[in-house]
Amino acid sequence: MAEQGAGGGRGGKEQWASRIGVILAVAGSAVGLGNFLRFPGQAAQNGGGAFLLPYFISLLVLGIPLCWAEWTMGRYGGTRGFNSAPGIYSMIWRNRISKYFGAIALMIPLVIYMYYVVIEAWCLGYAIKYITGALVSPEIKDQGAEGYKNFFGDFVGIGAHGANFSGTHLFLLVIVILSFILNFTLIYRGVTKGIERFCRIAMPVMVVLAVIVLVRVLTLGTPDPAKPDQSVLGGLGFMWNPQFEKLGDFKTWLAASGQIFFSLSVGFGIIINYASYLRKNDDVVLSGLTSSSMNEFFEVVLGGLITIPAAFIFLGAAVGEKGTFALGFESLPNVFALMPGPALVGQFFGFLWFFMLFIAAITSSVSMLQPVIAFLEEGFGLKRHASAAMLGLISLLGCGFVLYFSEGLVALDTFDFWVGSVLLFVLALIQSLLYGWAFGIEKGATEAHRGAHIRIPHFVQLMLKYVVPVYLIVVLVGFCTQNLPSYVESIGNNPAALGSILFIGAVLVTLLLLVRTAGKRWEAQGRLTYDDGDTATQGGENR
Amino acid sequence: MERLDVASLVAQIASAAAGLNSAGLTVMVVSIGAVLSLISFCLYKVFSLPPVEVEEHVKGPLEIDTGDVSDPD
Repeated sequence: MAEQGAGGGRGGKEQWASRIGVILAVAGSAVGLGNFLRFPGQAAQNGGGAFLLPYFISLLVLGIPLCWAEWTMGRYGGTRGFNSAPGIYSMIWRNRISKYFGAIALMIPLVIYMYYVVIEAWCLGYAIKYITGALVSPEIKDQGAEGYKNFFGDFVGIGAHGANFSGTHLFLLVIVILSFILNFTLIYRGVTKGIERFCRIAMPVMVVLAVIVLVRVLTLGTPDPAKPDQSVLGGLGFMWNPQFEKLGDFKTWLAASGQIFFSLSVGFGIIINYASYLRKNDDVVLSGLTSSSMNEFFEVVLGGLITIPAAFIFLGAAVGEKGTFALGFESLPNVFALMPGPALVGQFFGFLWFFMLFIAAITSSVSMLQPVIAFLEEGFGLKRHASAAMLGLISLLGCGFVLYFSEGLVALDTFDFWVGSVLLFVLALIQSLLYGWAFGIEKGATEAHRGAHIRIPHFVQLMLKYVVPVYLIVVLVGFCTQNLPSYVESIGNNPAALGSILFIGAVLVTLLLLVRTAGKRWEAQGRLTYDDGDTATQGGENR
Repeated sequence: MERLDVASLVAQIASAAAGLNSAGLTVMVVSIGAVLSLISFCLYKVFSLPPVEVEEHVKGPLEIDTGDVSDPD
């Protein structure tokens, strides 16, 4: 890949400007709150250090092979003139129905964006509250854990639907709008000048901020001499000491596979879109491995050493039972408040931490917009400002829905369960079948190795064809068996949850109709060809 | 007196170290070491590779017009 300025040239198709730029953009998309909050929580709840064995096995068997498959298919589709999943899938599997699977690949990032931008705004809001000193004020601090729990509940409007639109929650609405504007400014500037340029700055900044917090956590010692077990080593032990008996529990393997899956952004429909901006001979194998390893650095090294040890030092073993939001927005603010030294110390590190989470969130959220923007542009010939405006309206509607139905965070949870969890497995399964069975592993290996700087061992291709689909089906069935009953129950009892599912259904139907219209347009242009030999592609390989 | 202080220090370290046992330490070091080795290898390869000739792309053959041709700047 050219290191200099080929990207996004005037009058041409958008392309990445540098090798490291696309790697940082993909890594930025993958690195998010899950690395710093979800991973440590999952590890602590599922056997500590023992969790790392199924975790790394899942990384090698599921995560990295699927990443390579997505990078390969994305570049293949991109060199044939398509940047969006419906078009790319049509190139991979020349069948009339293949483009409709692309609707799922558009829906996942779009719907996740609708609630992710709200969480992103929470992070920005907390960072601002640290600057103003609100989160270290004696009124909250003196109440301890209960104070921070109440603060979070009030901040996100957890008490009642519509709370976020009452006059008392103007602050949250303003920062959601600010986050929205920031995301759309970046996306409007395009792949090279927006996403790539931002990630080249944001990723190193994130490392610096995380390392500063890490150094502080590892030098905390034993803050309370009355509780000698609540020390740095105690915290590290709580996170890393292996409970090998947990390896016999299917739940541990399921949690590890799920974590790898959510963490690497596999099945999000993002990597395939990003890879489509590569050139024909740009490397995908080393780039895919590097972006995955960057994600692992943030997750295992930084996330594994900061969150749980810090929380354990001040709050004890109870932190192991906390969910992602409780750990991030209730326990950790309590930890910063209890840090030794003047209040300014906790205020400073609290700000650094939440600002870092905000950056991690924005590098992910901005990547969720690009697949749909690309589809609107190539499917309907829209210019960027028109596609950005259209996407802005759709996502604003969904974001408003999430903000309004805030009681118990029901809309957010429902979107996250069905789209941010179940559909991810479904899309990954579709993509693994497309790669292994429709595209073919021989063709896949040839395509992946074009311009590659390292080689993929042949057994990885065999795994992609035979092992990965079976593994995904097992994980999907296990995940649904474990979680579906409680969700079905909650739908029956909660109209807002049912409404959220209907909303998701409406988005899917809309996207399917849009894909159908775009498909007809591509056929009319002669850009699609099917195995029955109906319409021929005119362009062929274009770069 | 000095010997007593050293003994006390050793006892303190041993007590604190009980939080992270040898198996935990091994898992932590191996996991972090593996990730750091992988990322070091990848970044070394990425940064040590020569850039592809820019000319190849400047001459770049037919680009496909997706409709997104205007520069927002």
